[in-house]
Amino acid sequence: MNHLTEEQLILHYYGEEGDALAAEQHLDECNTCRDHFTSLQRVLNVVDSLPVPDPGAEYATRVWSQIEGRLPSRRRFLVPVFPWRWLAAGAAFAGLLVAAFLAGRFYPQPRKPQTMASADPQHGERVLLVAVGDYLERSQMVLIELANAHPHKEMDITSQQERAGDLVSESRLYRQTAEHTGNHAVAGILEELDRVLLDIAHAPSKLSPGELETLRQRLEAEGILFKIRVMGSNVRSQEEPAGAGGTSTARQKL
Amino acid sequence: MELNDVLAVNKARSGDTDAFRVLVERHSRSLFRLAFRMTGNQQDAEDVVQESFLRAYKQLAKFDERASFGTWLYRIAANCSLDLVRSRKRRNEHLAPPSESAAEVEDPVVSLPSTAPNPERMALSSEVRERVALAMRDLSPTERTAFVLRHFEGMCMEEVGRVLECQPGAAKHSVFRAVQKLRRALEPIASPAK
Repeated sequence: MNHLTEEQLILHYYGEEGDALAAEQHLDECNTCRDHFTSLQRVLNVVDSLPVPDPGAEYATRVWSQIEGRLPSRRRFLVPVFPWRWLAAGAAFAGLLVAAFLAGRFYPQPRKPQTMASADPQHGERVLLVAVGDYLERSQMVLIELANAHPHKEMDITSQQERAGDLVSESRLYRQTAEHTGNHAVAGILEELDRVLLDIAHAPSKLSPGELETLRQRLEAEGILFKIRVMGSNVRSQEEPAGAGGTSTARQKL
Repeated sequence: MELNDVLAVNKARSGDTDAFRVLVERHSRSLFRLAFRMTGNQQDAEDVVQESFLRAYKQLAKFDERASFGTWLYRIAANCSLDLVRSRKRRNEHLAPPSESAAEVEDPVVSLPSTAPNPERMALSSEVRERVALAMRDLSPTERTAFVLRHFEGMCMEEVGRVLECQPGAAKHSVFRAVQKLRRALEPIASPAK
């Protein structure tokens, strides 16, 4: 007879066991598992005895009074202002328009305009590539430190967790930009990397050799380090010609 | 109730602070319970509640109306608590190595007044609570969060995973580790012989 594992007993306690009926039936028939389950129930019942202090009947009111003044204001632009302020603002704006028009008419113009970086669709991609290149390098360092950890010693990964947490919050922006610019390959890798970094950030701060080995195996199985290296070198190679291309285009235009 | 939450969120989004006040009044106490169980400290729990509402207010635009506002708020509070527990852990590690006596002094849970009727029972239940508080304190921040959400808040593993922003498998693993640690620490006092 196969006994229920501790994990199965825990899932059964929380009602999340896939086959609850089979587990129940096994517990009816198996004294060993039933003893384990009873002991688990007792421990968790003891945990329930941990009391939560009553913050008081007026707690919600107290919370509100403490945060009310700290709430950032919304729709500040709709706050009513006196009409003379609108008039003054309108006059100032009209003055600026006239000044800009006159400056445009009389200022000596260059023969040809310079290329406008912000209007250049390639510019956004170049900025993304530079940022992603740096991001991948930093992510790679975190993963390499964990992958190369001593195989028989417990490791404190607090510093790697902090960096992983920072990287995760950065990656969202890059992913959105990559998706926006249609760079789905970069977005895909970033998403994959994000998941690994999130799990690292949320792991216990001290990893046992066994847990480190599991992480190493995961990194290996998903090939994430390899993908980062490939993506990193692609990014660098795209970055250089893109930069060179951009300059030559600008030169040609000049 | 949830419909009311959604209406209140919509009003709060357009700058109606009274609507946000309704949400604060409705969810403060449950958020406090969660924060206290995660931080093990009343003052920290109150700080977490305030910080969570401030973060929620700033992020109201990101709230998806199809989701439950309560769960979304829990997620914010769980993350605030995690941040606080992690920073406190780092600070404590810098200041002094953890020891049982230090833990007893630091964690106010152990000095909570007992409601038991006689001195003998009071001493016993106080000892039990002390042990439970220490055992909870020995969990890593992630294990503690996962366990609190699963055990006390009744969230399923998938929801726990969503709060922790990890796969349900990883959430499940954190709950398992937490229960195993608690079991090792509390089995002696939970067994009927005692």
